[in-house]
Amino acid sequence: MAHEAVSNTGSGNTELVRVATSESRLARYGLIGLALGFVALFLVLPLAAVFTEAMRNGPGEFLTVLSDPETFAAIRLTLLVAGIAVPLNLVFGIAAAWAIAKFEFRGKAFLTTLIDLPFSVSPVISGLVFVLLFGSHSLAGPFLQSHGIQILFAVPGIVLATVFVTFPFVARELIPLMQEQGTSDEEAALSLGASGWQTFWYVTLPNIKWGLLYGVLLCNARAMGEFGAVSVVSGHIRGLTNTMPLQVEILYNEYNFVAAFAVATLLALLALVTLVLKSLLEMKYSEQIAASRRH
Amino acid sequence: MQAKTLMRFFTAALLAGSIQLGGPGMAFADTTLLNVSYDPTRELYKEFNAAFAEKWKADTGETVTIQASHGGSGKQARSVIDGLGADVVTLALEADIDAIAAATGKIPADWKTKFDNNSSPYTSTIVFLVRKGNPKGIKDWGDLVKDDIQVITPNPKTSGGARWNFLAAWAWARDANGGDDAKAQQYVADLFKHVPVLDTGARGATTTFVQRGLGDVLLAWENEAYLSLEELGPDNFDIVTPSISIKAEPPVALVEGNADAKGTRKVAEAYLQYLYSDVGQKIAAKHYYRPFKPEAADPEDIKRFADVKLVTIDEFGGWKEAQPKYFGDGGLFDQIYKPGQ
Amino acid sequence: MSARTAPLWQFRQPSVLPGFGLALGVTLTWLVLIILIPLSGLAWRSSALGWATFLELATDQRTINALRISFGTALAAALVNVVFGVILAWVLVRYRFPGKRLVDAMVDLPFALPTAVAGIALTTLYAPNGWIGSLLSPLGIKIAFTPLGIVFALVFVGLPFVVRTVQPIMEEIDKEVEEAAATLGANRFQTIRRVLLPGLAPAVLTGFALAFARGVGEYGSVIFIAGNLPYVSEIAPLLIVIRLEEFNYPAATAIAAVMLMISFAMLLIINMIQAWSRRRYGYGA
Repeated sequence: MAHEAVSNTGSGNTELVRVATSESRLARYGLIGLALGFVALFLVLPLAAVFTEAMRNGPGEFLTVLSDPETFAAIRLTLLVAGIAVPLNLVFGIAAAWAIAKFEFRGKAFLTTLIDLPFSVSPVISGLVFVLLFGSHSLAGPFLQSHGIQILFAVPGIVLATVFVTFPFVARELIPLMQEQGTSDEEAALSLGASGWQTFWYVTLPNIKWGLLYGVLLCNARAMGEFGAVSVVSGHIRGLTNTMPLQVEILYNEYNFVAAFAVATLLALLALVTLVLKSLLEMKYSEQIAASRRH
Repeated sequence: MQAKTLMRFFTAALLAGSIQLGGPGMAFADTTLLNVSYDPTRELYKEFNAAFAEKWKADTGETVTIQASHGGSGKQARSVIDGLGADVVTLALEADIDAIAAATGKIPADWKTKFDNNSSPYTSTIVFLVRKGNPKGIKDWGDLVKDDIQVITPNPKTSGGARWNFLAAWAWARDANGGDDAKAQQYVADLFKHVPVLDTGARGATTTFVQRGLGDVLLAWENEAYLSLEELGPDNFDIVTPSISIKAEPPVALVEGNADAKGTRKVAEAYLQYLYSDVGQKIAAKHYYRPFKPEAADPEDIKRFADVKLVTIDEFGGWKEAQPKYFGDGGLFDQIYKPGQ
Repeated sequence: MSARTAPLWQFRQPSVLPGFGLALGVTLTWLVLIILIPLSGLAWRSSALGWATFLELATDQRTINALRISFGTALAAALVNVVFGVILAWVLVRYRFPGKRLVDAMVDLPFALPTAVAGIALTTLYAPNGWIGSLLSPLGIKIAFTPLGIVFALVFVGLPFVVRTVQPIMEEIDKEVEEAAATLGANRFQTIRRVLLPGLAPAVLTGFALAFARGVGEYGSVIFIAGNLPYVSEIAPLLIVIRLEEFNYPAATAIAAVMLMISFAMLLIINMIQAWSRRRYGYGA
């Protein structure tokens, strides 16, 4: 897309510019081939395996499986958890990116590393930390128990574990982007008399909206797909605290492979739907994007 | 200040979530029981829970909803220790219930005496699942260490069932060598050299054997072996019963601390007691568990169980002694995998 | 809270932009609530061991082997992902080809697919009787149930980290820079190496670090394909699970703490290199 934009705007020497800022045809096809081969091997084939298993007994059974009440409860719970966790991390992500990308201060690398931390924590441990914090043998445990507050093995625990796991996504997506963009746009707006919020709303946000969208989508995909951490804090009560990934495990362990892969397919489709939405938005605003890139 | 507002917002959001979700569940049921169980009992309790709910309704007029949670036995025990509100636990190993009793005090130390047969309403044993027609001619434990045999078993460190596998193998070797524990250890070490993959759970191991086509023999719970025949194709596998195996006793217990707090003690006790009733025993036998009272079960179901000499955990000094000795950190199982052996 | 931010505040370079206090306040609050307080529970539990036991556990041969397997396979997978992830991002940003949007959408698949499903799917493919495994096994190549299988699973899990951190930066690159380089007589290879890659380096490094860190801790997808044999294909997270099964929380948290410290140190070094290279090259700023 960017490539086209440039070759069209170049006035006289279009052909020369095109050659100079692009690779040779051979290199281009080579790279596309390499990338597609890699995608086929690592993404398409596993997905195909999942779909094949899900459709083993035809689409009829696929649909029956999804109308199972326990599976339905799992879908609802997953959407609820993602619906709470993603907005929370969205607000945090923007705040963190603003502080880290737009300002220079001591200990910035340290702070960034702390934000990265959940990526490096094993999912088993991400769940365990909340057990250590809220379990019956923790410091908070007796207090929670005496007040009848159930955090572990209920929705709050699942949400907490999900927030923990998806904590860095939005921030991580925005920081490099906002660093790349620098502060000159904002400074210009401020010098023209805009308030801080106005600057953020009318200058920064339009600049970062695609990165933001990516971040939210990733955060959402991961929130819905998280297995390890949620498994530790869920309690696996059927129809009540099982999220979709846990439901997949249960069905798989019941030798109900078709149903297991059907739910897995649904998770993959949920992710694809959000990405299709993204593509539609991109298409609708393609003019605007091209303009923002040229500027 | 800011922290406080955020915290309040957060708690509010979480509470809203849990209320929304908890709402409809409450509206249906007068009483709710939570049975925290291990992996292979799903099918058994699915049927049993329905039977009990029906009986309870008929006897008392109360509606009882039984929630089920299944997972690895040790993991389930940890969840209960950490506060999962189980009314009853039905696990794979005595040691797991002991751990709950010791850590929480919600189960009395003498829980084993509360129900018949050491609180094991059904038992099982360890058998071999082999490929159809038994091409490698596997008859007994001794055949498993032949050169071209690959054995599939889950990891005894992470799977309750695998601990029974390990002890059954040990029991045979000790018997075959006139009670020599050193020779038995040698045999078991040899056996695990024939294991190409250590799955973390019993069902994972079954999948490796059945779906991946790996290995010549799967060491499995008897009920699991029959279930996989039923679910995954009787045309592909045979069951071989060895000359000696172990009597695996998956115990049940009332989590008194939780049941009293919820006021469900009466129905929870009745639930466990019902496992010993003719109906409960019949359902257990139907799902390939050896019932405590075989006479109550369908004779057709009983006929499926091969006669086999069964040793008990007592010959290993009971679980309290066997657990740390064989499966603890640095125990006999760990020593098998010491480098350089 | 404000006591903590105060020294940072003083050391911050002056800027006309507002909102630093608010943004940092929200960030630190959330960080402390969600990350630091829970992780301190980890430190608290493993401290119950005492220093000597902790050290003994951390230097146990089995723990070291497991850590070596986890870090080694994660490193290999992250390197593979850096090479192919950058190529993939480049192809997605710069070229047009049929099915591009679909490929773009599929990159996020590893996040959405529960790790256990990914593990099962990959095992289905690479087991000796699987779609690909059956082609390879006559050649004597085994992937599933070996450390190579772990690398494959981790490549799958880590791919989106590299692509999605590099992609937005690539889209932001000004064509003018490349044109300028070309006008000044650089050939395409020189332009890429001298002009484009230095600008992308911070993002690539971030992607590498994240994919690597994620791979080290990964459990769900790996246990299905690893084989899990002690000393050979037993990953560190599995060792943690084993300790938990023994109800040995302190030992479990100690291994977790060791893993966390190593990962944290590596991420910190990478983030510092990045901050340093930003100051030095000042790309885009």
